[in-house]
Amino acid sequence: MEAHNRWFILLTFIVALLLAVMPLPTNWLWFRPSFCALLVIFWITRMPENLGVGFAWLMGLLEDLVTGSVLGAHALSLGVIAYFSLLTYRRTRAFNPGQQLMWVFVLAGINQLLGNWVHGLAGKTVPGLTFLWPALTTALLWPLVTPWLAGMASRLRVR
Amino acid sequence: MVLGLAATALILVNLYTDWLDPVRERLSSLAAPFYWITGTPSRVGDWAEDQLRTREELLEENSRLKHQVMLLEQQTQLLAAVRAENTQLKELMNSAESVDQRVLVAQVIGVSPDPLEHVLIIDKGRNDGIRDGTAIMDASGLLGQVIEAGLFSSRVLLITDANHALPVQVLRNSLRAVAEGTGDLYRLKLRHLANTSDIREGDLLLSSGLGGRFPAGYPVGEVIAVKRDPGKAFADVEVQPRGLMNRSRFVLAVIGSDEPDPAQSVNAEARD
Repeated sequence: MEAHNRWFILLTFIVALLLAVMPLPTNWLWFRPSFCALLVIFWITRMPENLGVGFAWLMGLLEDLVTGSVLGAHALSLGVIAYFSLLTYRRTRAFNPGQQLMWVFVLAGINQLLGNWVHGLAGKTVPGLTFLWPALTTALLWPLVTPWLAGMASRLRVR
Repeated sequence: MVLGLAATALILVNLYTDWLDPVRERLSSLAAPFYWITGTPSRVGDWAEDQLRTREELLEENSRLKHQVMLLEQQTQLLAAVRAENTQLKELMNSAESVDQRVLVAQVIGVSPDPLEHVLIIDKGRNDGIRDGTAIMDASGLLGQVIEAGLFSSRVLLITDANHALPVQVLRNSLRAVAEGTGDLYRLKLRHLANTSDIREGDLLLSSGLGGRFPAGYPVGEVIAVKRDPGKAFADVEVQPRGLMNRSRFVLAVIGSDEPDPAQSVNAEARD
């Protein structure tokens, strides 16, 4: 058998982590999409037999280390959305683009909600619903990024 | 399910105890390359700016710097005399406090991606003598303190972070106060300052050194607004920090005097 090219998955996550710490103007920080959440949803929907909650959990821990947030915060939130993606991957695949976008918004929103909960525990308060902006930008990014990712994945035969 | 519980446990341990701090310190060096790479565009920009200067600009800058050096040298000459006198007086008073402080130049390699915290990542760590609590400043004032010293990089909490507060003193009349961060990069607030206290716009605040975290006497900020509401117990005092919180590329780490720690010298004595 030929190679599975799994390195491509890791590469996408490294790029996502780079984007996650990329310096942005202060006013834009609130709108930074959660690239890791997007990748977790994408890869799990594509390869539910091979990737699971544990994979998302490890990636979340890596994100915690790199972004310097509370250890376990992203591990928890990415683990939870990985679980939901595993439950619903058949439906997600069958959705039309508009429905997919809505569903990604819901999942990314759960990701933000859990992150916000940890922020709350750490004593940092966010005014109103501003913490949900990244969910919206992540959802809007979904139709732009996934066709390209899917194309690369099939060309490299990532399995 | 198990992983979810593990993550929750990890979060709680991380938030409410300091058991994980050594682990974080080891692993924080792992994060530094990410910040370094994402900082590359701005470094290229700086490099290009340095390279693509005209001769006239360089000459102009050179003469400006020469002027500045002359002024500063004159001030240092004065300072030498004052310092000698100060040391002598301190010796007379049997004070152990040392005047000399070693300062290290560090480069800012990243900013925390979280909009709720004001944290910088600098390229110096334990190997260079930086410890938790090391004071960080720039040419114009105090910036913050080290909260996580890794081996090769450290995280610096700025004084404007909403979770930060530091003891200060008004230069004019030595009035003591506590300057709190507000989460706004250009504002600090003075806490629990009575309505009748003698403070006005334009007052310069210095670090007071109380609490032993920050060295005394470094400029922190300038009072820009004082609101006295008779209905409230305390005055509303707004302060603009002196340090350039989000614009400094190089910062100074004040890593204490060259004299050994009191704790270390006690150990040495015990061995003898």
